[in-house]
Amino acid sequence: MKTRVVSTTINGDATQLLCEPRQTLLEVLRDTLDMTGTKEGCSNGNCGACTVIMNGRPVVSCLVLAAEAEGAEIRTIEGVAQGGRLDAVQSAFLEGAALQCGICTPGFIMQSEALLESNPDPDEEAIRFHLAGNLCRCTGYDKIVGAVKEAAKRRNAEC
Amino acid sequence: MHDFDYEAPTTLTEAVSLAAKHAGRARMMAGGTDLIDQIRLGRHAPDVLVDVKKIPELNRFALTDTGLCVGAAVPCFRIHGDRGIVEHYTALADSCRIIGGVQIQSRASIGGNLCNAGPAADSTPSVIVLGGIAITEGPEGRREIPVDLFCTGPGKNALHPSELLVEIRFDTPPPHSGSCYRRLIPRNEMDIAVVGVGAAVTLDADGRHFVSARIALGAVAATPLLVKAAGEALAGQPVGDEAIEKAAKAACEAASPITDMRGTKAYRLHVTAVLTRRVITAAVARARGEAVDYRPGH
Repeated sequence: MKTRVVSTTINGDATQLLCEPRQTLLEVLRDTLDMTGTKEGCSNGNCGACTVIMNGRPVVSCLVLAAEAEGAEIRTIEGVAQGGRLDAVQSAFLEGAALQCGICTPGFIMQSEALLESNPDPDEEAIRFHLAGNLCRCTGYDKIVGAVKEAAKRRNAEC
Repeated sequence: MHDFDYEAPTTLTEAVSLAAKHAGRARMMAGGTDLIDQIRLGRHAPDVLVDVKKIPELNRFALTDTGLCVGAAVPCFRIHGDRGIVEHYTALADSCRIIGGVQIQSRASIGGNLCNAGPAADSTPSVIVLGGIAITEGPEGRREIPVDLFCTGPGKNALHPSELLVEIRFDTPPPHSGSCYRRLIPRNEMDIAVVGVGAAVTLDADGRHFVSARIALGAVAATPLLVKAAGEALAGQPVGDEAIEKAAKAACEAASPITDMRGTKAYRLHVTAVLTRRVITAAVARARGEAVDYRPGH
């Protein structure tokens, strides 16, 4: 039996799950844990819709094996809003109309959170470069970039 | 996806014996950013995936006065984020900043990029021009393979069955050295190189003559290619268009691109010359102490 137990932490909660070695983190999040906020777009690391933050770094969960989550700290879109309150990135996306169908949005939000954690005041070029691994078919990107700029502004004003 | 087993050894010895035990039906995984996709596509069907990320030797990342050691599993973001790399092994930083996107760089390693042996690998030309030596470990012990000889064909490398890449070692570049990697892609980021060129040059103290140079090409041959003739065209020559033009010509003569969906043979040959000129020029500027940023799309 190849099935194994994986002990991990997701959005701050200690989690134990059963998985096969061949299951990706994306698969396990969605199908085993019913955390369907993280989306499947391409399954080969090109679109970024499956982006989660693992041990402080943004990764495409379609190219991470669930088994690798052992001992790791994982943050997904479900963990962004605190106590039902949208954070600065989520509010800026919503208010700035930086989404239409929304399928890319969780990935963009997680990637933006990672960006602002490493660079709290990115310029447009830095934003576009950092978000290059996330594809959007609907918005044409400009409003997404604007939302990230706005989120940075709001966060920096809070400090 | 094909049903495989997963092991995460914590020692090199354990990893080698797993590889030997499964006699070529085990695959080593560092970042997994190529491997997992390839298994999903049916290109590989291993019995077991050996996750090498828990092995200390493969995570070693040490920059000293005498040289640099990059463990096979060290992810790209650690490499391009290191000030010492940016200053002394700049081509490596150039490459690691543009492999895939940020998410890929969180996991992908130059060791894996090398072992994957894609003809268009972005880090391999940089490793080649910086004189990287691949250190491998197997049941028969340790080997040292110059990186320009590591890739033997598309997707094929010089590793024996049951052998794994441990680390890549570099000697410190001499004073007045600079390096650069650039590629041409249709977008600004994320694409596979249509043409990639790496250059490492050493100048004399005046910065007016080339002492030595190494030029390597990606995506225009069956493997990443060291072009000795291009380096020889620069060695001893005054820095200037004449020598650089000769090097660009030598690069084109060595290239054997194919026509595929990313570009025609003729276009790739043209771009090989253009990029060779540009990376040599940037490497020279860096050797002279000028800061030259690689801004994709500019």
